[in-house]
Amino acid sequence: MTARIGVITFPGTLDDRDTQRAVRVAGAEAVPLWHRDKDLKQVDAVVLPGGFSYGDYLRAGSISRFSPVMETVIEQAKAGMPVLGICNGFQVLTETHLLPGAMLRNNHLHFICRDQKLRVENANTAWTTDYEAGQEISVPLKNIDGRYVADERTLDMLEAEGRVAFRYLDGNPNGSLRDIAGITNEAGNVVGLMPHPEHAVEPLVGTGRTDGLGFFTSILKRLVNA
Amino acid sequence: MARVVVDVMLKPEILDPQGQAVQRALPRLGFEGIADVRQGKRFELEVEGPVDEAALARIHEMAETFLANTVIEDFTVRVDEPAEAGS
Repeated sequence: MTARIGVITFPGTLDDRDTQRAVRVAGAEAVPLWHRDKDLKQVDAVVLPGGFSYGDYLRAGSISRFSPVMETVIEQAKAGMPVLGICNGFQVLTETHLLPGAMLRNNHLHFICRDQKLRVENANTAWTTDYEAGQEISVPLKNIDGRYVADERTLDMLEAEGRVAFRYLDGNPNGSLRDIAGITNEAGNVVGLMPHPEHAVEPLVGTGRTDGLGFFTSILKRLVNA
Repeated sequence: MARVVVDVMLKPEILDPQGQAVQRALPRLGFEGIADVRQGKRFELEVEGPVDEAALARIHEMAETFLANTVIEDFTVRVDEPAEAGS
């Protein structure tokens, strides 16, 4: 029996199919989940993919956060279920307060779409054990609301507890404080990041690199060995 | 029907690049003397029934949980008094 990883689709989600594909490429079963459905279909982990759920109305991720499926996700995440939020999914996770801080408009106000170099700072989360701490990876980045902000106390706490999971390298693309590209919760089961690992899992497309695949193989190993 | 206005602004310490872009455009358009611009959101709520303390408390709760993200934004709630002559 293989691991079942749920991928949520909200109205306006774009990257659910790529995420399902990445899950399958890693060797797990991808289970589509619908925003209006509270039932998580007994999945072992959940990915919130990128896109523009609810048109980013009000604030990116703010309306998805109140969808029926998120009620269950929040409850299960607090009980230890692994959750990964990518881009818009990261924005949803900050709006739910499963992760601290918030995402704002890029400091230069432009939409960015490019390959982005990152350093994996924490290789002990549920989604990063197949990387090594300090490893440099390159995956696509594409957003306009990618600037991570939190108050100084929260930033210091994240640094002290090793909860900055990914940092931008070779220049900060959006004004994110402390070059933060992604963070984890205290337990390491909830991870969010702006760049897109699910778009870098096969050599045929994109950078030609498969630097993003480690997210999905990490979670698979954890679930299979659990 | 009474109107309640909720104004949402980024906290002062949060960088507002949209406000800055507006401010930088002003001199080009001939509007001098504006040192800073901050951009926010205004919500106009048409309230059914009386706007009493309980109603305002609910609106406060709504603003805190939904209309504003208090990690990055401050908000104010006020009752919009109808103008003397009009409506």
